Amino acid sequence: MTDLPPHGQTWRDWLNTDTPTSRSHARAAAAWHGWLRLKSNHMAMLGLYILIGLVAVAAFAPWIAPHDPLAQNLMNRLQPPGSPGHLLGTDSLGRDILSRMIYGSRITLYIVSLVAMIAPIVGLLVGTIAGYAGGWTDAILMRITDIFLAFPRLVLALAFVAALGAGIENAVLAISITAWPPYARIARAETLTIRNSDFIAAIRLQGARPLRIITRHIWPLCISSLIIRVTLDMAGIILTAAGLGFLGLGAQPPSPEWGAMVAEGRRFILDSWWVATMPGLAIFTVSLAFNLLGDGMRDVLDPKEGGTR
Amino acid sequence: MAIAENKTVGRRTPPPFLRGLITAAKTVGSVAITMLGLMFVTFLIGRVMPVDPVLAVVGERASKEIYQATYEAMGLDKPLLVQFAYYLWDVLHGDFGMSLLNARPVSEDIKRVFPATLELATLGTLIGVLLGVPLGVTAAVRRGTWIDQIARFVALIGYSMPIFWLGLIGLLIFYGILGWVGGPGRLGIFYEDLVPVRTGMILVDSAIDGNWSVFRNAFSHIILPASILGYYSMAYISRMTRSFMLEQLSAEYITTARVKGLPERTVIWRHAFGNIKVQLITVIALSYANLLEGAVLTETIFSWPGIGSYITTALLSADMAAVLGGTIVVGLIFVLINIFSDLLYKFFDPRAK
Repeated sequence: MTDLPPHGQTWRDWLNTDTPTSRSHARAAAAWHGWLRLKSNHMAMLGLYILIGLVAVAAFAPWIAPHDPLAQNLMNRLQPPGSPGHLLGTDSLGRDILSRMIYGSRITLYIVSLVAMIAPIVGLLVGTIAGYAGGWTDAILMRITDIFLAFPRLVLALAFVAALGAGIENAVLAISITAWPPYARIARAETLTIRNSDFIAAIRLQGARPLRIITRHIWPLCISSLIIRVTLDMAGIILTAAGLGFLGLGAQPPSPEWGAMVAEGRRFILDSWWVATMPGLAIFTVSLAFNLLGDGMRDVLDPKEGGTR
Repeated sequence: MAIAENKTVGRRTPPPFLRGLITAAKTVGSVAITMLGLMFVTFLIGRVMPVDPVLAVVGERASKEIYQATYEAMGLDKPLLVQFAYYLWDVLHGDFGMSLLNARPVSEDIKRVFPATLELATLGTLIGVLLGVPLGVTAAVRRGTWIDQIARFVALIGYSMPIFWLGLIGLLIFYGILGWVGGPGRLGIFYEDLVPVRTGMILVDSAIDGNWSVFRNAFSHIILPASILGYYSMAYISRMTRSFMLEQLSAEYITTARVKGLPERTVIWRHAFGNIKVQLITVIALSYANLLEGAVLTETIFSWPGIGSYITTALLSADMAAVLGGTIVVGLIFVLINIFSDLLYKFFDPRAK
């Protein structure tokens, strides 16, 4: 049990050590140092706090929300912010906007986490296979990647949703289909630099098959650049999802998706500005948080790129 | 790359003009393949959609014989690849099929709506370049000062703000409350059809015609959506300009120029800026392509009759020929702009050769 701090030593000392005693010890120490650097970046921490808040709001939505997000009250429609019982006002059907936004955070998180799982994994698969196999496999896979990159993302997502039908799951699928190519590019580039290194040659001489080399030795090294890219992409994913919702192609009414809520408020923008403004602010805050955190993570995990954007 | 190099080992290197020819052929080849793939994707999307294309044409009450005849006339009984070949043939001849909504050829519709998008995206890019480049250069030169912080803030907002929401808020403030700009649409109702259509871009048409009252009205309508698109373009361009400039300013030749006693303005604009021009053109081209896409949401907000709102309207009424036609056109332009910026880069930057 060399992984645990010996008696008389605190966890902090154990993490700050210059002489790690095992592989997992070294890994934990590196993660701790990365965290310390991230912690010193106030903007990134602000982003992190906002996101933790978002997750908390989504998790405890039924306890936080003052009203049922779907309960209509036509007597009480288009009440301005600050009216009794409705902090952010009500929409055209008399539903409480704050409650709808609170429940909407679940949909946003759902879409973002699904896309953030599907797209990088597909990209990782395609990129590492292309990079490791080389030759025709590489040429064909990368050509397909280029074709998907050649499409403007939103327009391609629109066309896919048109074919699949509107709805959250199809929106997730459409966004994932448009989001994987950059990950494939990154994974391939990483694989190409790793492929010819000595340690891979050594593993190959030990008799490891390509499948094992890719999954056990190439994937772990691609992960950190993919994570940075995912965090930076999150904002774009949120904006695309909200855009699809706004166009009526994402979550369907009466579901309280933020983009769809902005679209509902669009009709009353000149008289009842709050209906569209509030959910828009929510989209903006969350994507800003992801951008702040992403910038900070990039500075920590990938110092050579730091501060260029 | 490594494979390509291995193959040429042992062969004689071809003479320079032939090498240029080979590069050109490779570029054309890869463009052709990309375009082919693009059309195959749209073709497949059109085939998996749940709407029966035959029913859409003949209507629900058509007899079985008519249905069957139309089914065969549309080539739907043929294998998928043969259908794709037909589709390709049509598209290459500029035939995107008939719109279900107005029973007119989609290509004509696109020709009609495209200039509106072009006008909007061009003005947006212009705004983005005129504001973004000086902002980026200043931020790089005065790195770490308040102006750099402002530039960073501007870009951060641009990367995080939903464009459709910014458009709505802009409409609320500048049209609803302040009344500074014209509302949605391209022209006020009293100004429509006053100038002959030449280019389809109202600002250009009215300027050619010398009809300045139409020009003023059109300008009051376009300025808000164009500024909003321009803001996004500015966010991107200023960030890229800043990082390019920082790279140049830390180079040794800049120190040399300063030691020689050149005025700071010459050092910045002649030496450093002179060296980033090519990269900048690539970035501007990319942002132009992105604006054509960003126009989809902006056009919806501002009821701008361009290709973006054409696609979305068609989408909501399941008019698949129109959706795919629009998608192909936007995709093709996207590809062409990308290639154009690539070529420009290769042409002007000796290191890329």
